[in-house]
Amino acid sequence: MVKELPVVYFQAAGCSGCAVSLLNTASPTIKNALIDQIIPGVHINLRFHPVVMAAAGELAIQIMEDTARDKKGEYVLVVDGAVPTATDAVYGAVGERNGEPVTMLQRVIELAREAMAVIALGTCASFGGISAAAPNPTSARPVSEILKSNGIAKPLINIPGCPPHPDWFIGTVASIILGGLPTADDLDDLLRPKAFYGRLIHENCPRRAYFDEAKFAKKFGDEGCLYELGCKGPITYADCPLRHWNNGTNWVIGAGAPCNGCTQPEFPDQTAPFYEKIVDVDLPNIGTYWLGKEEKKWAK
Amino acid sequence: MGKIVIDPVTRIEGHLRIEAVVEDGVVKDARTTGNLFRGFEIILQGRDPRDAQVITQRICGVCPQSHGVAAALNLDSAFGIADKIPDNARLMRNLIQGAHIVQDHILHFYHLTALDYVNVADVARYEGKDSQLNSVKDFIARGELAPFFPRYEGDYRLPPEANQQAVAHYVKAFDIRRIGHEMVSIFSGKIPHSVGIVPGGVTSAPTPDNMLAFLWKLKVLQDFIDNIYIPDVLAVAQSYPDYAEIGAGCRNLLSYGCFDLDGSSPDYTNRSRLFQQGIVSADFKPSGLDAGKITEHVRYSWYEDSTSGKHPSRGETRPQYKKEAAYSWTKAPRYDGKVYEVGPLARIMVNYAQGEPRVKELVDSALSQLGAAPPAMFSVLGRHLARALSAKFIAEAMEQWLMALKPGEPTFVDYELPDEAVGMGLTEAARGALGHWIEVKDKKIANYQCVVPTTWNVSPMDDNRQHGPIEQAIIGTKIKDESNPFEIVRIIRAFDPCIACSIHAVTPKGRDLGKFRVV
Repeated sequence: MVKELPVVYFQAAGCSGCAVSLLNTASPTIKNALIDQIIPGVHINLRFHPVVMAAAGELAIQIMEDTARDKKGEYVLVVDGAVPTATDAVYGAVGERNGEPVTMLQRVIELAREAMAVIALGTCASFGGISAAAPNPTSARPVSEILKSNGIAKPLINIPGCPPHPDWFIGTVASIILGGLPTADDLDDLLRPKAFYGRLIHENCPRRAYFDEAKFAKKFGDEGCLYELGCKGPITYADCPLRHWNNGTNWVIGAGAPCNGCTQPEFPDQTAPFYEKIVDVDLPNIGTYWLGKEEKKWAK
Repeated sequence: MGKIVIDPVTRIEGHLRIEAVVEDGVVKDARTTGNLFRGFEIILQGRDPRDAQVITQRICGVCPQSHGVAAALNLDSAFGIADKIPDNARLMRNLIQGAHIVQDHILHFYHLTALDYVNVADVARYEGKDSQLNSVKDFIARGELAPFFPRYEGDYRLPPEANQQAVAHYVKAFDIRRIGHEMVSIFSGKIPHSVGIVPGGVTSAPTPDNMLAFLWKLKVLQDFIDNIYIPDVLAVAQSYPDYAEIGAGCRNLLSYGCFDLDGSSPDYTNRSRLFQQGIVSADFKPSGLDAGKITEHVRYSWYEDSTSGKHPSRGETRPQYKKEAAYSWTKAPRYDGKVYEVGPLARIMVNYAQGEPRVKELVDSALSQLGAAPPAMFSVLGRHLARALSAKFIAEAMEQWLMALKPGEPTFVDYELPDEAVGMGLTEAARGALGHWIEVKDKKIANYQCVVPTTWNVSPMDDNRQHGPIEQAIIGTKIKDESNPFEIVRIIRAFDPCIACSIHAVTPKGRDLGKFRVV
């Protein structure tokens, strides 16, 4: 008997980049994840996903609402995108009820309330991200704030990244299937799985030796550390330098570009300007410094 | 008289609602409305101009690369270096954008479109030894059929074996499009939201090993395009011939052109490009493009009428939600006052009309296999065919660009950030003409405007009550079964709409939206 793990993938205010990034999962492939038993005996039953599902319109909404009712407490809700809340949350709506649009805010509340657990996928869902960038025209909020302000106490995992690496999501789902929901020890204080976000980019950067020797690139294409070209690797937690992107093909610094800090709650407003260096900070504790300070000393 | 509302339209990028009024089985009126507003142009104001390249990619995770190119071209022109970009950088930008568009076309046909034409259920009767198909058969036997069911029922016409083969190709296409993204990543770090393209050039360098890696991934894509993708489009066309006759739309096509073949002119409207700039209509007589003739209308959009008819570089965005008769957040871009469709069909047919030999050969050969004439390109099937041929045409050019790279030569030119400047960047996203405009003051973004492909295609009526391209394509269509409106979703998806792009500029200054359906 194959166990079905129901999943509802809800898109709020985002760009679909998280969804496209998930398609890039290499091993397992996205086909393995959707059709096969991703782990022997377990199949991910992706009941709602607007980018891949066959159904449209009312037919699609129906299966989403049925899942919340029939699979109450059994399904994992994945939210990508931040949730617009300004002006009665009218800036984002999905489907209708009694001829009236249902806001994304309402959908997230309803779906989260009946879920087993919630995964905020991407930096918009985790922290607000680009959708909440200043001046945040739609008052877009991360999932954590929506849950809190509506009194929904569900296990929440943040998988930030703009977009997140597919392994971070697939790996988290695998850990839930194999070992149950993560414990507090498995997550950092921003609810990110330590397995993927436990170290600074800077700690594992192949250009770290240049930094330690103060050999800095002055323009793109130069040899050296990209710190002076704006690299946010010293303040950004993710395993990009080890994991690489797109099936291990390359990564940001591998292409000679500075990390823009996209897995951080400070992205994008405080990690910008993206091509200006962060303020000089004491070594070796720059990561601690970043997370411990409220003021944004590197912002201009 | 009935009304069909489809909300959400799935298997597109973003949140789209469609409403069609049906009388005696024929669509009499149609309205397309986007369901999400984020406000990018407001977010961009006051930022470092260079950051536009990072921020605007996030307008759309499906076509970020083209926003990155449009932003880089825009900033190059604002910084006065449009004609100083090293050849290596021009070629690498072409390769990055080319790989992205080709994978996007494959994704669109197989993963966004195919389920409208292919009956997955036929795999239950598969008797062969293909392990992928047998795994799909096992999936069906287990009985939890999401996300492939439920679906519209009743009009799947491919024979069972063709459906089985198409499902195998749907699965294979996941791997192929991923390889396309790997190609982007080779020169641009990662994708979605890649990092390699910056004002001044690119951050990475061509080396013999990364060129070879790119080449052999390209060969995998070319094999798939030639032997699977194009034959599958032709097979669908043969089983659904009526779709060569519906969804014609406005029959005016516009392309900004893309993939610079020569970077020596600072004027993007005067460059040799793989896809040439221009316009073409049903008579197939080509005309040049005058970017000055683009205006944005707002009579049926929720903006003040006084802002209507302006060129995007002088665009204003003053919302007026209570405006009578308006029904969309999307403005209505028009060229010379007329309705124009953008996208692969426009790119291919502009080149075709201008007599570009390779495109002419590809189009004429495909049409002759279908026993069709060029006017059939103005249709649902024509758009799918143009997309597939476009993938082939780009892939062929990519091999030449790749082999023209010179390891060791520069890929970046430095510049001074100007105190004040204006810029324009014109290129093509997978789904059509993409323009960025910038005004820099005090080294910051004073104004940034994007006119994106889907704004053209999902536009509402303009000041002269002319419907937008998708609305026109739907109006007049016979609907066989109103509870399974295949015709409408097939027409919409053929345009490959990208809604995140299309609605991006509103100043929501605390006005009361509560009484209005902002859907």
